[in-house]
Amino acid sequence: MSVASKHVVVAGGGVAGMEAAGALAELGHRVTLIEKEQKPGGHLKQWHALFPDRRPADEVRKYLSRRIDNRNIRLFTGVGVDKIRKEGHELCIELSDGSELTADAAIIATGFDLFDAHRKEEYGYGIYDNVITSAELEDMFNTGKITTADGRTPSRIGLIHCVGSRDEKVNNNHCSKVCCVTAVKQAIEVRQKLPGCEVFCFYMDMRMYGPYYEELYRESQEQHNVNYIRGKVSEASVNIDNRLVIKVEDTLAGRPLRMELDMLVLMVGMEMSKAGTRLAEASGLDRGINRFLETGDHHYGNNISHLKGLFYAGTCTAPMNITDTISHARAAVAEAVRYLNTR
Amino acid sequence: MSGSTRNKFGFTVNRSRLIDYDSSDRLVREYITSREPSFRLCFACGGCTAACTAGHHAPFNLRRMNTLIRRGEIDPLRDEVTRCMLCGKCLLVCPRGVNTRNVVLLAAEAIRKLDRNEL
Repeated sequence: MSVASKHVVVAGGGVAGMEAAGALAELGHRVTLIEKEQKPGGHLKQWHALFPDRRPADEVRKYLSRRIDNRNIRLFTGVGVDKIRKEGHELCIELSDGSELTADAAIIATGFDLFDAHRKEEYGYGIYDNVITSAELEDMFNTGKITTADGRTPSRIGLIHCVGSRDEKVNNNHCSKVCCVTAVKQAIEVRQKLPGCEVFCFYMDMRMYGPYYEELYRESQEQHNVNYIRGKVSEASVNIDNRLVIKVEDTLAGRPLRMELDMLVLMVGMEMSKAGTRLAEASGLDRGINRFLETGDHHYGNNISHLKGLFYAGTCTAPMNITDTISHARAAVAEAVRYLNTR
Repeated sequence: MSGSTRNKFGFTVNRSRLIDYDSSDRLVREYITSREPSFRLCFACGGCTAACTAGHHAPFNLRRMNTLIRRGEIDPLRDEVTRCMLCGKCLLVCPRGVNTRNVVLLAAEAIRKLDRNEL
């Protein structure tokens, strides 16, 4: 390849950032990968198994570690990106430790934050011990122990879809896309690990948009006897036995329903990250009504910013799964390389 | 009797419409599911109900019936389940391959047994 090596800064060391850095380095460019946490890997670090095939998340973590194991990549950890500004043909990247980098191009891959479940007060997260988030259930899978706060094995678990998504009350009208299939995956895992435990998913719509998701949904009913009730849970409380009680309308029966549960899992959605928000505001980057970064074109330019030489990768632009995040990161690299070759 | 009570006191007591999952009776569901496992696969699209000739002329809604059985709500179904003419058109349209005709037969059988305390 006759391309002269260029310097590209990648902001964010999650799935999108690691894939983008790896792909750029492979093409011979010098990459500085900046991660605000002490270790790269993003949200994937705490995940036990992945949908739809329930493969260990570790396999994808290892792939991404190999991807950034390249002498063209410099990894900075424990430092964030504060601001990106244009100076002539170059981009100046201001870091949180006060230093500054100059780059020929940059890719923002600051990812998402999980919805803070405290904000849906009616579900009692932070109030009742046995109301947990989907990420915390994943932690339980990591430790191999699915127990209530007082150490008992649950006999009935409910999973609430769309917590913090499709909900005007928390200013999130968007769908986070991955929570439905995560619920199906986690429901199956609970049924496999605790065969005596009933599992109920409370959903508004089942959005099985990806390959093999619908098949997983069917498998959960056919082989694992997972129950689905269509309706948005309105509130959770506890009874005198300290057991959770939920209220929901069974919209298919057209009647209200109440049910006792040992554990309630809130399927928390994706929001624009706080770090990404600060960076966007400091750098004057446009954001959409869903608060994610607004791209140049929703159909054919969804890696493009309005700043020449600055590109977007992954869930800083919209909720997406790992497969789409990796594809999106590769597309951002293709756009960046086209820019570097033609300017 | 209830009519005279109403006349005397001027009020009636309405039965709760709430489905209380913890006090409902799920024997009929278990009876059907163990004999016809495809019953679990219904995702309530309503294709069966749209195709149903009986449902066009009488209150018979297989989609709703499936949901109520799964929640253990049997009382509303005693009359309804007898209205099916077993033509099997629902079977032809079901996208999940539920053996709907067998579900109706088993539901009628289970309710009969339930009422005789044989479940």
